Amino acid sequence: MNIQSKPPVAAQKLDAETRIVGHDHVHDSASRHVRGQAVYIDDMPDLPGTLHCAPVLSNVAHGKILNIDFDKARASEGVVDVLLASDIPGKNEVAPIFADEPFLAEGKVEHVGQIVGLVVADTLAHALQAARKVVVDIEELTPCFDEAEAFEAQSRTLPDQHLKRGDAQQAIEAAARRLTGRVKMGGQDHFYLEAHTAHAFPGEAGDMTVWSSTQHPTEVQVHVAMLLGVKSHKVDVKCRRMGGAFGGKESQATIIAGLAALAAHATGQPCRFRMRRDDDMAATGKRHGYTINYDVGFDETGRIHGLKVEALAHSGHVADLTGPVIARTLTHLDNCYHIEHADFLGFAAKTNTVSNTAFRGFGGPQGMVAIEAIIDDIARSLGRDAQDIRAANYYGAETGSETPYGQSVFVGDELAHDNPLRNVIERVTSNARWDEKRTQIEAFNAKRGVLRKGLAMMPVKFGISFNLTTLNQGGALVHVYMDGSVHLNHGGTEMGQGLNTKVAQVVAEVFGIPLGDVQITPSDTGKVPNTSATAASSGSDLNGMAAFNAASEIKARMLDVACEHFDAMPSDIDFRDGQVVCGDRSISFGTLAKYCWMKRISLSAEGFYATPKIHWDGKTMKGRPFFYFTYGAAVAEVVIDTLTGENRCLSVDIVQDCGKSLNPVIDLGQIEGAFVQGMGWLTCEELWWDEKGRLRTVGPSTYKIPGSRDVPPVFNVELLENRPNPEETVYRSKAVGEPPLMLSIAVWLALRDAVSSLSGHRLAAALDAPATPERVLFAVEDMKERAGELI
Amino acid sequence: MDKVAINLTVNGRNRQALVPPRMLLSDFIRHELELPGTHVGCEHGVCGSCNVLVDGKAVRSCLMFAVQTDGARIGTIEGMGADGSLHPIQEAFWEEHGLQCGFCTPGMLVAATELLAEKPDPSEEEIREAISGNLCRCTGYEFIIKAIRSAAQKLREGNGAAQTESA
Repeated sequence: MNIQSKPPVAAQKLDAETRIVGHDHVHDSASRHVRGQAVYIDDMPDLPGTLHCAPVLSNVAHGKILNIDFDKARASEGVVDVLLASDIPGKNEVAPIFADEPFLAEGKVEHVGQIVGLVVADTLAHALQAARKVVVDIEELTPCFDEAEAFEAQSRTLPDQHLKRGDAQQAIEAAARRLTGRVKMGGQDHFYLEAHTAHAFPGEAGDMTVWSSTQHPTEVQVHVAMLLGVKSHKVDVKCRRMGGAFGGKESQATIIAGLAALAAHATGQPCRFRMRRDDDMAATGKRHGYTINYDVGFDETGRIHGLKVEALAHSGHVADLTGPVIARTLTHLDNCYHIEHADFLGFAAKTNTVSNTAFRGFGGPQGMVAIEAIIDDIARSLGRDAQDIRAANYYGAETGSETPYGQSVFVGDELAHDNPLRNVIERVTSNARWDEKRTQIEAFNAKRGVLRKGLAMMPVKFGISFNLTTLNQGGALVHVYMDGSVHLNHGGTEMGQGLNTKVAQVVAEVFGIPLGDVQITPSDTGKVPNTSATAASSGSDLNGMAAFNAASEIKARMLDVACEHFDAMPSDIDFRDGQVVCGDRSISFGTLAKYCWMKRISLSAEGFYATPKIHWDGKTMKGRPFFYFTYGAAVAEVVIDTLTGENRCLSVDIVQDCGKSLNPVIDLGQIEGAFVQGMGWLTCEELWWDEKGRLRTVGPSTYKIPGSRDVPPVFNVELLENRPNPEETVYRSKAVGEPPLMLSIAVWLALRDAVSSLSGHRLAAALDAPATPERVLFAVEDMKERAGELI
Repeated sequence: MDKVAINLTVNGRNRQALVPPRMLLSDFIRHELELPGTHVGCEHGVCGSCNVLVDGKAVRSCLMFAVQTDGARIGTIEGMGADGSLHPIQEAFWEEHGLQCGFCTPGMLVAATELLAEKPDPSEEEIREAISGNLCRCTGYEFIIKAIRSAAQKLREGNGAAQTESA
């Protein structure tokens, strides 16, 4: 195998038998979480003089700011300051990519909930009270709330993206069969249990320390510096943990942290800014809703010859991360299927709603919903099972193995001998006893009762790496102390996913010491600089490998000292169980550390990792954006009530490829959690804006996230066995954060299947997402109308 | 408005305080009693993160005023376990991976405490029912349910000697 990454990463080390990596370990903070002693930012005690912030939000979707009257607010009890855009000493700019997004509205407002000003007061109650007294006089302009309407008006937040291969138009026209259609899917609120929070501490000489609940400390640092008009070295950003994030704290956390820093700068006192839940939901971004129009040409076997897609992303009022989100939609519209002639257009619709942003899957799920709906529609039009249509189109020897963007799907001899896609599909259909279930469901539906069942399988291929090659870098800082204990810092952030645990396992593995001897410390821009967001499922790939490199470097130095001590060759020495062993002699790891210190050998190293082999041309949308693909498949069985639209997922079977998992139990938790979160997006979580553009679902009382009784009662999850990553990832593991979310599309497809059963599977269900009971009922009614007699 | 004097027991300890009549119990616990293990998630009584025990019953501390707890016995997450050792329910959540980000965990533990005090051997359905008022966005609940089953077993087998005020 061609090794492009530089030493000290050596393939044999990654393939070695492991003692700590690859085994179940509990989350590093678990013992503190169960005691209520794991500190979140809002739990940090106040320093004397700490002030609290509350935002002033626009109640108009689109308009010109004529005047902001804050006299009453200033006079309100406990108020210390009221801050507007004009109070920003540096740049009023928070956009992660394009320069189009202000921290505080200036001259105009573009969505309800946009932050116009910030009240700083002695208590949170006083700040909130005063914020209501700010009067913002706005001249209303015509708003746009719908992505299709924005497409019609050609109103966009960034240039279109176009992924093309071959001649789709010609292929569609030449094909025996042709279908056109539209799939609509809603957005999703992250509903991290811990709302956005930051705590800013002004230091001497213009320094600023910000504790931020962020997935991206570097972005917070850069933007706080810009906001305050200082250089980055004046700002230190830290985060020990988040109470959930899911992408919602990738770019959005910067807004909250920036404003807290602005308040601290203006007042010279420590300032807290914790968003109330309803403000958080109104003012911060969500998953992109999409309208996807398609035109597909295929033959009698269901093989797709050409596919044209217009993917209209509900961008919101600014670009934010919509560009890369669309790129991921377009590069995942193929899912597991070879599409020879492809023409995928991505349009960033400018709407007067909150900016949509990163959310687990990052555009991938929307692309996959579209292609699976297309497969489903093709199947119904041919009167065949969707499984047959999938089988006719899977990447493989008979179809093709290159994606429309030019990356080969299979690595080494995967295509010939060990096709990972086939593996997960065969495994899951066997686990779920697909044929038996299909027969049972048909018998159940044949009773023509009020309840109808549906069944579907969802295969997932997900590309791992940030599309933008630059972002695929990780850093770590490792110190070994004289007693052999280890301090670990890395560029990733902990949001519950167990990243810290996994990276600590890697370091403990390299040194051969107990996991408990590795101390995990808060993410800190002062320790590991210029980091990427902990996103794109890449946290352990990037930072785990960086920590591996740092620890390996220190270990190499220690090994020299050990060789001298034992008068032996490196190959005779083993680091294990906290001991450094040479034949029948041994010293403790701590003793060796002490020897190194005495010999003036550095016991500290920074580690760096840049993902090899990847490249991407954003203009032509060609390249090898992904280091590797990860695979999964799910089978879901559902039941619907045709009189009410009420529905349930009865069972799910999942097989997920995690490579050689770093920590199987943590990966299982990621899979289950992602699946349920995706199921929420596709079934019960509905964002609802009124005609004025006000989000009316600003809390879990109106925005329904899955509860304990909404989870399928039969929930079987299996990690694909014996599948080390063929690429040289950290201990041959694979990323797991996002991919299983898309397995939940099986539930949505099964609901479509249940509705379609009413027509004897002749007609496709007209069911968009989320498939709320209301939408299921409408789809049933529509089916009754179209099918005439129900089956 | 004048502050009101209240006298209550928190995690087995007598506490007296003067509180504004409209101060939420969650704010009183977090900021006045400085027990930040009780988390505030949705602020309108749906997510269950702020659950505490009031006279043995799980309540939403964001929906109750501090003054209403005059004379009551309050149990928060910090009061579970004794002398530094974990309560069996805490132990089970730890061992069985019943958490990810951990933000919902204290509220879940309170809900589980109430359930297991009433039903030492709950069925899976009863567990799902008991935590249906507690939202978790990370786990998909499977490991939480497993943890509660394991906790129930631990308690039944008498490992639950470390009962405290909160249980």
